[in-house]
Amino acid sequence: MKKEIITGSLESSDCLIRVSPAEKLEIELETVVREGFYEHIKNLLEETAKAEGAKRVRITCKDQGALDYTIKARLQVALRKFKEEGHG
Amino acid sequence: MRETSLATLLDKLPLQDGLTVSFHHHLRDGDAVMNMVLEALKERGLKDIHLSASALFPVHTAAAEAIREGRIKDVTTNYMNGPAASLVSKGYLAGGIVMQTHGGRARSLINKERPVDIAFLAASAIDRDGNATGSFGKNPFGSMGYAVEDAKHAAVTVIVTDTVLDKTLSEPEISAQDIDHHLVVAAIGDAKGIMSGTLEVTKDPVGKRIARDAVRLLDALGVFQDGVSFQSGAGGVSLAITEGFNRILEERKLTASFFSGGITRYHVEALEKGLVERLYDVQCFDDAAVESLAKNERHIAISASRYANPENTGRIIKDLDVVILGASQIDRDFNVNVTTDSYGKIIGGSGGHADTAEDAKLSVIVGPLFRGRTPLIADRVRTITTPGRDVDCLVTERGIAIHPSRKDLMEILCEKGFPFYSIEELQEISHRFTGRPVEAERKERIGYVESRHKEELDSLHKIKEE
Repeated sequence: MKKEIITGSLESSDCLIRVSPAEKLEIELETVVREGFYEHIKNLLEETAKAEGAKRVRITCKDQGALDYTIKARLQVALRKFKEEGHG
Repeated sequence: MRETSLATLLDKLPLQDGLTVSFHHHLRDGDAVMNMVLEALKERGLKDIHLSASALFPVHTAAAEAIREGRIKDVTTNYMNGPAASLVSKGYLAGGIVMQTHGGRARSLINKERPVDIAFLAASAIDRDGNATGSFGKNPFGSMGYAVEDAKHAAVTVIVTDTVLDKTLSEPEISAQDIDHHLVVAAIGDAKGIMSGTLEVTKDPVGKRIARDAVRLLDALGVFQDGVSFQSGAGGVSLAITEGFNRILEERKLTASFFSGGITRYHVEALEKGLVERLYDVQCFDDAAVESLAKNERHIAISASRYANPENTGRIIKDLDVVILGASQIDRDFNVNVTTDSYGKIIGGSGGHADTAEDAKLSVIVGPLFRGRTPLIADRVRTITTPGRDVDCLVTERGIAIHPSRKDLMEILCEKGFPFYSIEELQEISHRFTGRPVEAERKERIGYVESRHKEELDSLHKIKEE
């Protein structure tokens, strides 16, 4: 059972997502567009995590200016792989 | 007087705290002269320096150090990026930052609005009579356009060079009569460093599309005629437009009257193919331009004042038909920002942007609707570099917008069935991809952007320390 799933990259306009076990849903965001879009991206991560049914996971997102569909896809894949590893 | 030691030369100069020293940026990211001088001034313990430089680049680490240590109090420049720009944005200047235009800097030097005490000007060679040039020598960089007014109007002018020619230059850019001292050093820098930035036609599909549509727009507006004059920069999209512009001139057997501004090999090719009569060169962007300036008679070096000084009625760009310009941001009133990013960090500056936009009959802004998640079109640009009244068209990869005051252009396009949007519509399209950005708060003022007519255009503000 892998402890951590990583998707994405640190290329410009992409993001790097890490998903690992935690007590509850924790989301940590670092983004190059913090001043303009921090809340927007934070909400997107939260909504996507909830829609995927993620409960006891720690999500960290290092965003390099990715658009919504990129962030959403990276996170969905990470969470689904995480589930496949047998995490709750 | 010719010296070979900077220390010996400085002994002879009127050094004092609060000194204004000036530099040009023709060596761009390959310049060694500014660092050399600022390091020597540090050894002398000089404080409260006013740095007047036509531009600052990442190579200028001694300027950054002097700003961090508080030895530089004020900066006046037309463009800055790299560590010095970053420190200025973080509020390290005890005095302030004034961002001018190329034409405005020439005006202010001539009028002695911010008088220069000592100009330290790199030249690639001096001749036996002490005249200076940017052509020839070990590190040729071409036109010395941005240094001419410094040489004429500084209280003391020092030419710094690494090459002494054993002949008399027929067309020196700076005449010996404007020079007080010559300093001969091992190297003024590395001329390869002038080729900083893109300098290649874009390969990016978004950029290519913007370039293609910009050329189509120019064609629809009837720009392609004998005698047309044109200016574009050295960015990848601008160069792709220059290439497209040349192609149409060639296909239709037309001859342009002149290309002006920063010159690249794409401009030189047009000259050598006979597609354009003259190049007015205020700055060489690559070695092909440098070589051409030295050999082609109709490739003419011009001073910043002859280029763009608003008080010079003979300025070249008053006859400019079309200019292609970039943008970090543009807003609903067509104001353009090339000085800061969307959050206020200084990343560039006008250079000739505001000068040419005002003078050219048609000024076209080109850029992608968003870079990463950051939209091009804002409700209000963070920093006004060029007022919207001087901007006519915006070309993005997803559509073109025309300034509402240019009904004449809209009529032509409607007649031809050429599609365009309102800038608000383009902004809406971009927000579908990026979301709406939150307006960042403005912190304390650190300086301002000055129009070429000496009006304050907008203020610059401190950004947060990372």
